[in-house]
Amino acid sequence: MLALDRVSKTYPNGVQALARFSAEIRQGEILAIIGGSGCGKSTLLRAIAGLDRASSGTVTLDREAIASPHAKIGIIFQEPRLLPWLSVADNIGFGLADLPATERREKVARALERVGLADKAQAWPRELSGGQAQRVAIARALVPQPEVLLLDEPFSALDAFTRRDLQDHLLDLWADTRPTLILVTHDVDEAVVLADRVLVMRPWPGRLFDQIEINLGRPRDRNSPLFENFKRSVLTSLDRSLDRNVPDRDATQGPGQAMWW
Amino acid sequence: MISDAPVLQQTSEPGDSTIAPSRLSRYARPLLGVLLPLILALGWELVVWSGWSNGRLVPPPLRVFATIAELARSGELIRHIAATLWRVGLGFAFGVVAGTLLGAISGYWSLARRLLDPTVQALRAIPSLAWVPLFILWLGIFETSKIALIAVGVFFPVYLGVMGAILIVDRKIVEVGRTFRLSGPAMIRRILLPAVLPAYVVSLRVGLGLGWMFVVAAELIGASEGLGYLLLDGQQLGKPAQILAAIVIFAILGKLTDWLIEVAAAPFLRWQDAFGRAKEI
Ligand SMILES: Nc1ncnc2c1ncn2[C@@H]1O[C@H](COP(=O)(O)OP(=O)(O)OP(=O)(O)O)[C@@H](O)[C@H]1O
Ligand SMILES: [Mg+2]
Repeated sequence: MLALDRVSKTYPNGVQALARFSAEIRQGEILAIIGGSGCGKSTLLRAIAGLDRASSGTVTLDREAIASPHAKIGIIFQEPRLLPWLSVADNIGFGLADLPATERREKVARALERVGLADKAQAWPRELSGGQAQRVAIARALVPQPEVLLLDEPFSALDAFTRRDLQDHLLDLWADTRPTLILVTHDVDEAVVLADRVLVMRPWPGRLFDQIEINLGRPRDRNSPLFENFKRSVLTSLDRSLDRNVPDRDATQGPGQAMWW
Repeated sequence: MISDAPVLQQTSEPGDSTIAPSRLSRYARPLLGVLLPLILALGWELVVWSGWSNGRLVPPPLRVFATIAELARSGELIRHIAATLWRVGLGFAFGVVAGTLLGAISGYWSLARRLLDPTVQALRAIPSLAWVPLFILWLGIFETSKIALIAVGVFFPVYLGVMGAILIVDRKIVEVGRTFRLSGPAMIRRILLPAVLPAYVVSLRVGLGLGWMFVVAAELIGASEGLGYLLLDGQQLGKPAQILAAIVIFAILGKLTDWLIEVAAAPFLRWQDAFGRAKEI
């Protein structure tokens, strides 16, 4: 279990990005974090990843405090961040340097197969499309089999089609080993299609505002009325988190509003 | 002959015709660049040959080549080339080692950068040839002062190149290294070195170019052998063909050594190959 206990972060410039954020995330849970721009989502994720230290409070994974990057925690950023001098295969195997070469090669081959890029094994990252590159980044993060995978707006730079593809694909990959997923997103649709639970954050200073359990089976039908209902409650919560008053959403809600900033 | 025409047309598929121009241009483009000097050389050769000019001050190409051949036959040429190459090689090696070490230290540790960089930048502002009298006083007129001068010329571009390249390594990619918990040495080997390599190769090539520049300066100041000595000797004895011969050899050696660096680095820079090729087009 991943436990966040009153995690606060004040940057050296005085910005209080996070204030006493607490949450407990079950092993294997898919958690989406959503909230206004600048409400501290990335800060929170970086604290969990051990990339930045919290000013106070603790992050623990199975009671082990996380203060620096941990072998059981992987992260995927908004950009693929592939190493341009390594082939696709070597990028995927980047985190497996400690393994014997044959074992590494096997794992990489399997991962390549799994993300549908077996034919790109020897390609350079610059030869990939944005969606393919992000697939490689996902494979690279998953191949060491982390217990927790953090994703900071992983699909926001992709077009709508590719985004949907990768969302489905992520779920598919998740089902292999069922790591805990913590996904920061601006896309309500994405949150509801992926998550077991959606946390809504409130800015200045960043803190937990609300949480919504998504009690939907999988695979989820994006067009079902139930799905729409969950989307609506997330949107309503978001509006409240920013003190916006939109009492009657039903009349005005259009499909274009699903993307939320 | 006429009956061949339709056959020819048939064999040239549409696919071929699109490849043909690009293949042609790949070979034609470098050739195009050689055209102008070739025409000028040929023209001058003809002018002298036909007696319009005696070509005493500007000897025609054939006379220059004859001089080179003459020098080569007497064994002089090899001696001079060896002397110059030795100086450039040694100066380049010292300059590269010092520039790489100090550049890496300045790029990696900000404290070292604050301590070191202002001094290096101040020294860089001095035109390097101004060191010549001092070097001669300190190190004597012979090899040591020459090699020191060349090393100084090579040092600055390498230092700046290495430091600058380390400073602009993408923080985001370093973070990837951190998430995979790379140790310090592993971070250097697996992230910093490859990230810095393209800029490093450029700085080596710039440094080598300066090395060649400074070897000429060093040998003009006083040497009993070397290509620079050939230049000076040619001037003092009024042998323009010998001067031009030395210049031609400088050009060939400069280009050749630069090409060697390029070729040696190519396997490590394959990943960014297409960028270079795209720029060329
Ligand atoms: N390195 C930093 N130094 C100082 N302030 C920072 C730094 N990084 C973030 N902040 C501030 O902390 C707050 C939270 O930033 P954070 O990046 O966590 O927000 P976010 O929720 O991820 O926003 P977005 O949705 O736009 O990505 C913002 O007000 C931001 O200006
Ligand atoms: Mg963010």
